[in-house]
Amino acid sequence: MNRIEKLFASQPSGNLNVYFTAGFPGVGDTRRILSVLQESGADLVEIGMPYSDPVADGETIQLSNQQALENGMTVRLLLEQLEGMREDGITLPVLLMGYINPVIQFGIERFCEKCAEVGVDGLILPDMPMDVYLNEYKAIFEKYGLLNIFLVTPQTSEARIRQIDQVSSGFIYTVSSASVTGSQSGVSDNMEAYFERIDAMNLRNPRLIGFGIKDNVTFEKACRYAQGAIIGSAFIRVLQESQDLGTDIPDFIHSVKANNHAGIDV
Amino acid sequence: MEVLEENISFQVDENGYYGQFGGAFVPEMLHPNVEELRTRYLDIMADPGFQAEFNGLLRHYVGRPTPLYLAKRLSEKFGTTIYLKREDLCHTGAHKVNNTIGQILLAQRLGKKRIVAETGAGQHGVATATVCALMGVECIVYMGELDIERQAPNVARMKMLGAEVRPATCGSKTLKDATNEAMRHWINNPADTHYIIGSVVGPHPYPDMVTRFQSVISAEMKTQLKEQTGNSNPDFVVACVGGGSNAAGAFYHYLDEPSVQLIAVEAAGQGVDSGHSAATTALGKPGVLHGSRTILMQTEDGQVVEPYSLSAGLDYPGIGPVHAHLFQTGRARFLSATDDEALKASFELARIEGIIPALETSHALAILDRIGAGKDDVVVAGYLYEVSLIGCQLSVIRFFNSLIQN
Ligand SMILES: Cc1ncc(COP(=O)(O)O)c(C=O)c1O
Repeated sequence: MNRIEKLFASQPSGNLNVYFTAGFPGVGDTRRILSVLQESGADLVEIGMPYSDPVADGETIQLSNQQALENGMTVRLLLEQLEGMREDGITLPVLLMGYINPVIQFGIERFCEKCAEVGVDGLILPDMPMDVYLNEYKAIFEKYGLLNIFLVTPQTSEARIRQIDQVSSGFIYTVSSASVTGSQSGVSDNMEAYFERIDAMNLRNPRLIGFGIKDNVTFEKACRYAQGAIIGSAFIRVLQESQDLGTDIPDFIHSVKANNHAGIDV
Repeated sequence: MEVLEENISFQVDENGYYGQFGGAFVPEMLHPNVEELRTRYLDIMADPGFQAEFNGLLRHYVGRPTPLYLAKRLSEKFGTTIYLKREDLCHTGAHKVNNTIGQILLAQRLGKKRIVAETGAGQHGVATATVCALMGVECIVYMGELDIERQAPNVARMKMLGAEVRPATCGSKTLKDATNEAMRHWINNPADTHYIIGSVVGPHPYPDMVTRFQSVISAEMKTQLKEQTGNSNPDFVVACVGGGSNAAGAFYHYLDEPSVQLIAVEAAGQGVDSGHSAATTALGKPGVLHGSRTILMQTEDGQVVEPYSLSAGLDYPGIGPVHAHLFQTGRARFLSATDDEALKASFELARIEGIIPALETSHALAILDRIGAGKDDVVVAGYLYEVSLIGCQLSVIRFFNSLIQN
């Protein structure tokens, strides 16, 4: 069983998935942030592969991408940095997230092979069309044991959600609102109605809610309707302002997960 | 002339591809909008009511058909027969309006209340602001900060037409970045907004839809050439390529006529190998940009390279997927012209034909001596816009001043 599947099997609620951009704030910070996140109680992590034109991202993540690229981060360097992470005690599920062009240029098969080698568990490539995945990439992803995570949004039709549920594994990334990342809208009543609607669909896959999750209140709300939630921009802002990652990261993660009874099905 | 394989199709296939290029590489947030467009655009466009309204507006509002003008002195200079398709005489001064008329009518039929668009030179922004004013629809145009400066007269026109112009401040602050911002805006406003893309780029069905709206250019060329020369096919069709909408429209009805050589001209900027260029096919590789698989300028790591051209309308690191396919199959020849060559060509045309061309078009004019056209050949080039309408492009003014000073 893949680490992502194991996590949801053993801990079906309250999971915190943290996104950070590889190579940000410093090019060499990737592994350190990963370790500190694990120690601080993150349940899974999503490492962003920076891209020059991140159209689905708001300003915070755009700037972290730009900074990471200026720092010299590349797909190749990231995969090198992740080498040996499992041997060094990283046990939480690790996903790579990014736009598809850098992955295509690296070579899909070579990329998947490297991901498997270093111990990556899943991929989130938001601009990869489903038909391209099914016709060209699925077999390769599966060969290397990589789970492919799809997104659904408030605009996604019920039929398409069912289809996504059929062809995904790991979890479904439930985008909370019609927006790019980093929207400040919080979790509105509208969103709660949408979360309830999806919750009531009894999908095969667990769901994590992302976009607009930024603190304990929003995290707890999201956890009521799904198996956990994803924090991105809010964590990037912590990294941006941090003087000391070793204390600022745990402080933030603890504050988000305060009162959270991870592993206990509430 | 290269021998083409017989069975190559230059039309988009049912999955939205031109050969290996095209598709809809969009995040899920855009999927419902793009899917709605994909499932409805052909039916809407085929509807007789739509056709009547579209053709009526092209005729009475845009002023089509635009003239096909035999440029005698230009022909003499190049020792061949050159016709200019006068898209500059379209309302708003460029071919861009053919597409915006089509898309605003489509947006209305999709029940959309607002329009977002990107613009480089500002011509597409003006054409979009124009049709929004015509239809009483709210209009937001994203434009790179650098382009806002170098195309200031078009910014003023957009504002006068009631559009809101928002600067794109990231990256190279040009067309690519304006396109990113327009896409983000659409992600944030999916229900009531239609995105009017200004070229044959973006996810399927945009490249095909925009090509169809622009195909009126070559439809008219066929009729006009037949009238004027007795033959509806020229030997060469030459057009500049930013994203490639004017070229796609000019090539469309000649794609399956192998005797017609199609020449696409990209912007070499300061020179193809200068590090300051927008010559996509010379410098790019296959990949994904703005929702389609195409050829784009990129680093080894797949990061999009910031292009450069003096001409804001050609300052784009990709080309539409149809052009990537035409390039790869050899159906079209891709050449490039530098800033200086384009500027010289624009002054030359102004002096010998009394037509001031757009800097974009000037790239197509700059390579006329390189295509191998002989004295019996007929060449159609053009897509000009009359800058005197709007004052002058700042870059041209600067160049002109430097000429006078030297
Ligand atoms: C007059 C003119 N020609 C050409 C272009 C380039 O666009 P495309 O390649 O889509 O025709 C522009 C773009 O602004 C333009 O204004």
